[in-house]
Amino acid sequence: MAYSSILNWIDFYQNPMSNAYYPFGDIYNLPFDISYKLWELIGGTIAWLINLIFPGNPVSIWLMDDAACTLFALIIFMLIIFIVVFVCTLISLWMERKFLGRMMDRRGTMVGMKGFLQCVADGLKTFMKENTIPGKVDKMTYMWTVSLVIGVSVLVACMVPLSDRWFVVNYDTGLLIIMAFFALAPFFILVSGWAQNNKYSLIGGMRAAELMISYEVPMLIMIGTTALLAGSFNIGDIIDAQYETVWYIVPQIIGCITFFFAATAESERLPFDIAEAEAELVEGWQTEYAGMKWGLIMLADYFRGYVACAMFAIMYLGGWMLPGIGDGPIPEIVFLLKTWFVFFLMILVRAALARVRPDQILNIGWKVFMPLSVINLAIVLLLKVGGVF
Amino acid sequence: MADSLVPVKEIEEKMETDKMWVIMGPQHPFSHGLWTLKVQIDGEIVTDAEPIVGYLHRGWEKETENRTYPKVIPMADRLCYAASMTYTHLYCMTVEKALGIDIPEKAKYIRIVADEVCRIQSHLMWLAAVGTDLGNLTVFLWAMREREFFLDLNVKLCGARMTTNYPRIGGVRNDVTELFDRDILRTVDRFEKAMWDIIALMDESSIIVSRMKGVSYLTREQVANLGMTGPAMRGCGVDFDIRRDDPYDNYDKIDFEVPVLTEGDSYARYMIRIEEMFQSCDIIRQAVAKVRALGKNAPYRIKTPTKVPAGTSFCRLEDPRGESLMYLVSDGSDKPYRLKVRSPIFVNVSTSKAMCQGCRIADVPAILAQIDMCLGETDR
Amino acid sequence: MDTEAVYQAPSEDEVKALLTEKFPEVEVTRTEVRRVYAKLPREKVLEVCRYIHDNLTFEHCSTVIGVDYVDHMTVVYHLSNYYNGLMIELSADIPNDDPHVESVTCVWEGANWHERETWELFGIVFDNHPKLERLLTPKTYEFYPFRKSYKLRGSE
Repeated sequence: MAYSSILNWIDFYQNPMSNAYYPFGDIYNLPFDISYKLWELIGGTIAWLINLIFPGNPVSIWLMDDAACTLFALIIFMLIIFIVVFVCTLISLWMERKFLGRMMDRRGTMVGMKGFLQCVADGLKTFMKENTIPGKVDKMTYMWTVSLVIGVSVLVACMVPLSDRWFVVNYDTGLLIIMAFFALAPFFILVSGWAQNNKYSLIGGMRAAELMISYEVPMLIMIGTTALLAGSFNIGDIIDAQYETVWYIVPQIIGCITFFFAATAESERLPFDIAEAEAELVEGWQTEYAGMKWGLIMLADYFRGYVACAMFAIMYLGGWMLPGIGDGPIPEIVFLLKTWFVFFLMILVRAALARVRPDQILNIGWKVFMPLSVINLAIVLLLKVGGVF
Repeated sequence: MADSLVPVKEIEEKMETDKMWVIMGPQHPFSHGLWTLKVQIDGEIVTDAEPIVGYLHRGWEKETENRTYPKVIPMADRLCYAASMTYTHLYCMTVEKALGIDIPEKAKYIRIVADEVCRIQSHLMWLAAVGTDLGNLTVFLWAMREREFFLDLNVKLCGARMTTNYPRIGGVRNDVTELFDRDILRTVDRFEKAMWDIIALMDESSIIVSRMKGVSYLTREQVANLGMTGPAMRGCGVDFDIRRDDPYDNYDKIDFEVPVLTEGDSYARYMIRIEEMFQSCDIIRQAVAKVRALGKNAPYRIKTPTKVPAGTSFCRLEDPRGESLMYLVSDGSDKPYRLKVRSPIFVNVSTSKAMCQGCRIADVPAILAQIDMCLGETDR
Repeated sequence: MDTEAVYQAPSEDEVKALLTEKFPEVEVTRTEVRRVYAKLPREKVLEVCRYIHDNLTFEHCSTVIGVDYVDHMTVVYHLSNYYNGLMIELSADIPNDDPHVESVTCVWEGANWHERETWELFGIVFDNHPKLERLLTPKTYEFYPFRKSYKLRGSE
């Protein structure tokens, strides 16, 4: 074949949706489009180079056929999704440090780019630290639980769609699946607390379980309520329904406040960070994790905080839609701004409140959140039956 | 199977649950200093507690036997970093009593001012610690910010921030500087306003109040028997303040109130200290007016002999943390024969079992924050 | 059943009179404003302390202090009440060869740690103390560091 020119290999303007193996059905996916074009550039160059050395070889042909393109594009797609989520999380981490500092009458982080590079410096520092593992831990459980805690958090953060063109999987039950993955971490924390052979960790793990049973049920009721109002568990449908009627913060004002605190508990932030209450339990279930493991756990916490805020934005603040405007040119930015606004509220709560006791959180969960979520459900039912929505 | 349906209570009785000793300290976020609290817990409930101190035992009392009387003054600063002024004051008072001398009026009022500044900054340090122990860092930083102004006052008074080395046997080291009374009144006025921010953050937050209210209840009899002193004692209904009931220097010529609460819980102890800070502001205003009225040229220090006549003497004083007492045995030489310090925290911390029993482990830091731990004077 | 009178907030002279009347062994050496100094034999310590606590309402034990006078040792108690700020200083001499005295922890729980400290630093044994263990110094110490026989470096 006479593919001597590089332009014969790179088909930059090919629509990835015309690819036979396009993985997203008939919905346009922006990050996949980007990664597909990236692969056209990279893979096309590689194929062209190989073809220059071994003209007419099958590898070059295979690199540029539909299946291989989709495969490699998916790998790049994964990286893009992760990096975007990672940067968003780092920004929320930076936000917390800076805003919390201002609220406490201090400056917050000061290293480069208004303190943003402190996140990078911290990452490097934890990476350089010695990775100690205590002698008497159950080593296997110790490792896989923390991997799963981090992994699940990253997974669920990646699964949050940023707009109707920026998603990983467009499930019909997207909300439920995200929530299910979101609720997995406390189990691993419980096991991890046991595996560490440390009393602080054990108590911390137990507290994580205690915490989970107190907020999980009202939270699920609230998710069900939102789905009921929208008539679907699909995130896109929920947001469309909010665009057509009104942001769900209006009919569900009780539920939205309750969900906000339940989400704070879910992401184990102050005032509900009883599993790692540093005043009495040193670092709770994270006590025995050192070096990069601890750094990743910290990062996973912020991933979870980001997810909690994103869920709030999806369920009550109309997601990436703006009332009257709709999608707009870059809905991703609209969505992220809403998410960071919710995160800002979480920072406010953290600056103002103290840590609650484990028995108090059980009380709050079952005696306050639970009735409130049921009242919220009743209101929504009335609205639904009354034909308002 | 119907037989296996044993009543739950019976199962619970048969179940043997282990009680667990949790060692908190010496490297633990809640222990402000080097000390250990062994806590026995049953689930989350504390069933027993045993404090272990002594990591910082320097033999302070023995060391003083090796030094002349004036040389002990800077050492007395090191007893407690947050309340160095009161300890130096106490030491000077004890030696003056052994010498049988009376110091000038002005020195007495200046000491009162210095003591109350010290009390406010020590209480602010405590407030900061309560904030962190409850999990709220904002209180910590705000209280530390307020404390800075009082440390600045220390600088204006004697040039040092914390280990002040200011009182002398027979008076104080130097007269107040020219603008000191203006500065101190400004600081106090400012503080009284700024304090309401912190109170709004603490007392109006139901989480913070519920963390302290009804926790660690002690009766008046228990407190008296355990020998607890200071704000912790007054929060349990004992109406006793050495400044009012056993006045030293010129506290009897100053009009102030002693806050007393009968609730006896952690929150009452917290309230007492907050109120005490406002009372200290009042005392400062009165004492500063008295210092000013005495004029610029009034003597503030008298010469004292270097040798103390043989005999024993003791003095006590209301430290920010409770009753501190010094007992001096002198043998007629220029060095103390024996100097004993009664530190309030040494006794207060020994009550931690009574305070923590029956509470939850999450409350332990919040409870023990109320005794305002300072290891320098505990271990001496 | 103790039917003796309970004196709330007695003055210095009343304390002096009551003490010397009840216990002839107690010698009140001097009194000052709000201060009463008394000497007593060591056998009487617990009894006198109990009387002071129960009948004179001295609810607070400030300190228990040990002093090493080389030829003998002394235990000093500082007791105070919550009503008029009166303090009683009791001192009991203890011979060097038999450093024993009755513990007052059963009267004031607050004396517990003071007695432990005095024991570990001076070797004065408080009989019937609930837990006479080392508190400030390491468990391995076999000497009493605050005695005068224990020389500080550079003190000569």
